[in-house]
Amino acid sequence: MIDFSYTIWILLIPLLVFVVTGLTGNRFKPIVTGIVGTTGLGVVFLLSVFTAYKYFFVIDKVDGAFQRLLAFNYNWLNLTDKLHINIGILLDPISVMMLIVISTVSFMVHIYSLGYMKGEKGFARFFSILSLFSFSMLGLVIATNIFQMYIFWELVGVSSFLLIGFYYERDSAVAASKKAFIVTRFADLGFLIGILLLSYLTGTFDFITLTGPNSPAFTSGQGIMFLGMSTMTWSMLLIFMGGAGKSAMFPLHIWLPDAMEGPTPVSALIHAATMVVAGVYLVARMFPIFHHQESALDIVAWVGGFTSLFAAVIACTQYDIKRVLAYSTMSQIGMMMLALGVSGYGGEEGLGYMASMFHLFTHAFFKALLFLGAGAIIHAVHSNYMNEMGGLRKYLPITHATFLIACLAIAGIPPFAGFFSKDEILVATFHHNKILFAMAYLVAGMTAFYMFRLYFNVFWGKDQHYHHTPHEAPATMTIPLIILAIGSTFAGFIPFTKLVTSDSLPFETHTEWGIAIPAVFIALVGIGIATMLYMKQSENSKKISLALGGFYTAAFNKFYIDQVYLFITKKILFNYVSRPVAWFDRHIVDGTMNQFAYVTNVVSDRIKGFQSGQLQQYALVFVSGVIGLALLFTYLWTN
Amino acid sequence: MFEGVPIHWFLVLATTMFFIGIYGFLVRKNLITMLMSIELILNSVCINFVAFNKILFPEHLEGMFFTLFIIAVAAAEASVAIAIIINIYRRIVNIDVEKMNEMKY
Repeated sequence: MIDFSYTIWILLIPLLVFVVTGLTGNRFKPIVTGIVGTTGLGVVFLLSVFTAYKYFFVIDKVDGAFQRLLAFNYNWLNLTDKLHINIGILLDPISVMMLIVISTVSFMVHIYSLGYMKGEKGFARFFSILSLFSFSMLGLVIATNIFQMYIFWELVGVSSFLLIGFYYERDSAVAASKKAFIVTRFADLGFLIGILLLSYLTGTFDFITLTGPNSPAFTSGQGIMFLGMSTMTWSMLLIFMGGAGKSAMFPLHIWLPDAMEGPTPVSALIHAATMVVAGVYLVARMFPIFHHQESALDIVAWVGGFTSLFAAVIACTQYDIKRVLAYSTMSQIGMMMLALGVSGYGGEEGLGYMASMFHLFTHAFFKALLFLGAGAIIHAVHSNYMNEMGGLRKYLPITHATFLIACLAIAGIPPFAGFFSKDEILVATFHHNKILFAMAYLVAGMTAFYMFRLYFNVFWGKDQHYHHTPHEAPATMTIPLIILAIGSTFAGFIPFTKLVTSDSLPFETHTEWGIAIPAVFIALVGIGIATMLYMKQSENSKKISLALGGFYTAAFNKFYIDQVYLFITKKILFNYVSRPVAWFDRHIVDGTMNQFAYVTNVVSDRIKGFQSGQLQQYALVFVSGVIGLALLFTYLWTN
Repeated sequence: MFEGVPIHWFLVLATTMFFIGIYGFLVRKNLITMLMSIELILNSVCINFVAFNKILFPEHLEGMFFTLFIIAVAAAEASVAIAIIINIYRRIVNIDVEKMNEMKY
């Protein structure tokens, strides 16, 4: 048995860095904070890789399955004899995999930010919050129980809020950060109710108990029905609501595109690779319970599938390159949710689960790479809009090469990483539901189309009139790009079926060429259309968008979901709920209190003369009182 | 020593002193005079104690002891009071009780 207790340092180092740099940030030169943060994350990265190596390859398996290890467990709050909240570190295949994803991407983003954020006001603050985020996200994935997860869940929400609003002098950034916080908080309300319901039904928070073979969650809460579903299903759905909020699933997705107001490295780290997949991770973590609640799992699949298609359509119409990537992220996360939703449990049945985790892993690499590449482009051109770009391949050779690799990876062209994971998702979906498969297949084609639309618009086509000649980013920015490009190229060859599966038992899969070949074909079709329309500057794309008419306009305006929300909140909620409540508060609640205060004030004003400060006056009253009483008692006693 | 002096003489004396003290306390504005009035009140009580002790329980001495206590405590009280008065005088150069109303309302 190998001791894993050192893994506590994976959490403590970023926390220490956050506290130290947060408190002393202004005392040192900004670059010192940057280097301290990056070094801290470097150590965390090495520790995570070491842990993963030992976990997957060194320690013994039990009956061929990877063990679930409690590397550290501390009884934090004792609520009742049975119910207690622990803080600890749980190592199992998905949490170890997530450690790798988070520490790698976070480390790369730290290095990248050293170059990207150079000279920015608030450089130290940026690195300090980045460390806080890394700490919270790592804490989220190694949580031993759902309550600990919830705590870190909120912490990542806070760091996301702080980083989206990093340029707090800009109104749009402030609005975006508030939007992100409020929408995810709203979803987290559902999550909290779900947690309470689940723990009420099962009497435990612990993941090992909850998802073990004899979980109380499989038996309890089945009898009581509410709106046609058992309470257990409801608790799962509420928990999924939390996950959907964090993972920007329809209809709680509206915050993610706006979150691109944050600095680009933040978008890469939080809003592409790590935090937004927390919802997927949550469902994967609770998967055995979800699997027992068929209807909940179906909803996960349909929400995932719909979001993925919906976001892909919008992504085809946007011009802001970060927004295209944001919708693409939503679409890919939808694919992961879909894969989880169609998955079974155990062995080859659990293909979808494996595929989802696999896609999460590869997606983290190529999406982080895309965002960091977009950052390098924005850095060079000082614009977010692709119609103000063109012909950049000459000026940014490294960015161009890595961006192309990422595009090929996300489009699912072999041998890049995205091909393998997306193929597994398609296979899993195909065996479950043909309609969902059609949606996923369509999304695969559209993904290729909008990514190459972006690629050709930025790197090909005519040169624009730039203010100054675009230049390649410094080495601190290109090195992470190259490393991530290597990851995006080779991550697909990791044998996930041997490592991360629903029941921790390895199984064999074979590439189903019947699905893989059409998938590559539709990706090539997507790329082909994009090439025809956008490689040379032409009017064809405009003609097509005009031909699509209202549909194009609707997609361009993100299907007016934001407006619907605004209508519901401003027109309906504000007018019919908030205003009456505010009136009641102002006039009834406050009015009562004001009356009390007014009466007290008037009365005390009248009687304050008694408190004259004249000692002899007091004494006179006192003596007269005594004499009065004496006379009274004398009178009473003598009669 | 007081043989043949009737009890009501003592009581009349004590009551007279007591009300003189009360009157002085209520009327005089000078803090020192007011302190003296308080001493008068205390002493009238002492006389009562001694007189009742002598007449009602000649074999016991509790009334006497009480009187001694009162004298001792009164001395301490007087010293504290005078210390306060001196401090007040240093602050506002006045010992008129009506000027001491800074903390009213």
